[in-house]
Amino acid sequence: MSLRAGQFILLLVALAPVTGMTENAVALPDNYCSWEVKDYAIEEPLCGLDGDALRGKQIVSDSNLGNCLACHQLPIPGIEAYGTIGPPLQGIASRYTEAQIRVRIVDTRNINPMSIMPGFYRDPRLINRPGKPYRGKTFLTAQQVEDVIAYLVTLK
Amino acid sequence: MIVIKRSFILLSGLLLAITTCPLLAEEAKSGYEYIKPATRAMQDDDFENPGMLSVERGLELFNEKQDSTGKACSDCHGADAQKMNPQSIARYPVYDENRGGIVTLQKSISYCRNNIGSRALPTNHPDLVALETFVRNRAHGEAVNVQVDGPMATLIDKGEKIYQTRFGLIDMSCSHCHSLYPGQMIRGQKISQGQGNGFPAYRLDIGEITNLHQRIQQCLTLMRAEPFDADSEEIKLLGLYVMSRSNGLSIETPAVRY
Ligand code: HEC
Ligand code: HEC
Repeated sequence: MSLRAGQFILLLVALAPVTGMTENAVALPDNYCSWEVKDYAIEEPLCGLDGDALRGKQIVSDSNLGNCLACHQLPIPGIEAYGTIGPPLQGIASRYTEAQIRVRIVDTRNINPMSIMPGFYRDPRLINRPGKPYRGKTFLTAQQVEDVIAYLVTLK
Repeated sequence: MIVIKRSFILLSGLLLAITTCPLLAEEAKSGYEYIKPATRAMQDDDFENPGMLSVERGLELFNEKQDSTGKACSDCHGADAQKMNPQSIARYPVYDENRGGIVTLQKSISYCRNNIGSRALPTNHPDLVALETFVRNRAHGEAVNVQVDGPMATLIDKGEKIYQTRFGLIDMSCSHCHSLYPGQMIRGQKISQGQGNGFPAYRLDIGEITNLHQRIQQCLTLMRAEPFDADSEEIKLLGLYVMSRSNGLSIETPAVRY
């Protein structure tokens, strides 16, 4: 992905905080587990949960759940319509450790503030103008995030 | 010394050019260039284009005599709106301080309806969208020509700020999709520059005619964000900014889009 000068400026502008447009009175849900980024990775599984690779594979392709295919190509046979916004995820586990994958799914803006990828377990208080049904919610639950990670680590 | 000076001027000129060159340096392209050939063919054939039903419905409403006054839009503008100037239609949305700033084509239609004693309809009522489609269609082929100077300049800047703000669970801005990624696929859908020249347009996805504001609301819903209200200042600013990006593009109303 090459960025032209104009696009780069655009990214910078996009980063500038816009005041007066946020109406964030969202509270952190009780069951939200906190996490910590260290060395560009999140070592501990969210809430200490175990992921399930099979469920993870369903979550990545379900457009109501992860909808990862909206932006990424994944090695799942039978799926033709996928997005080309993000890099293909084949072989992702040979490029990154589990902990490095985790930070990218939880909230990748911790390592790349300009990323356009949604943070699937981003602090809901950071979301600007969420739709009513999504207020105070994360994109995926902690269990679903761990399931997705369990699936991704199989992509060697 | 002279050489240095000259190259310095050249360099700073270049820098200035790079930093001030608006993003619009990217040539504006109609959504038409991103849709499938079959969809284009559907748009180009008046008999196949489902949006033409709205044009016809709009024509009917345009000629409908109001019960209270016995008047119709066509009394002033001609049965086929032939007395309307397509170039003025291509200027919308326009600025009018007495009417609260940004005035959309639909709002102008509502003012006229009000003058001839029509029943008041809420913004984006299907009848208003049909009238809007009919009137805008009269300017088919005209170049979009939104005012960008004077009081509009600041409003367009405000609209651009909203355009570049992240919204919703998807946590992306309009410009992420429509300025950075046109031509890329999002699932099975090719992303366009999100231009406004085709609107009101027929949407194959939902099987309805939608105007630009409704399309923007649909993108916000897709972003899992709370859409701005139909009468909000934000939606007017976004609509204005989008339309200003489309300046120079041919009006395609009713376009056919995904
Ligand atoms: C709206 C678009 C979008 C969605 C949806 C999305 N991603 Fe991404 N993803 C990106 C982009 C763009 C990048 C490239 C780096 C960046 O911008 O952060 C990326 C990067 C990644 C990376 C790092 C890849 C690398 O080679 O560095 C992983 C892993 C990843 N995504 C996994 C996922 C998973 C799993 C999901 C769904 C649960 C998902 N993504 C959903 C846009 C998206
Ligand atoms: C996650 C990606 C995404 C984001 C963010 C997004 N859109 Fe879109 N938009 C699309 C897709 C996909 C379409 C349908 C294909 C196309 O025409 O680009 C579309 C279509 C449009 C169109 C119709 C273009 C045409 O010619 O039919 C307009 C106008 C538009 N978007 C404006 C906006 C505005 C304004 C915002 C921000 C409030 C926005 N979009 C945010 C994905 C997005």
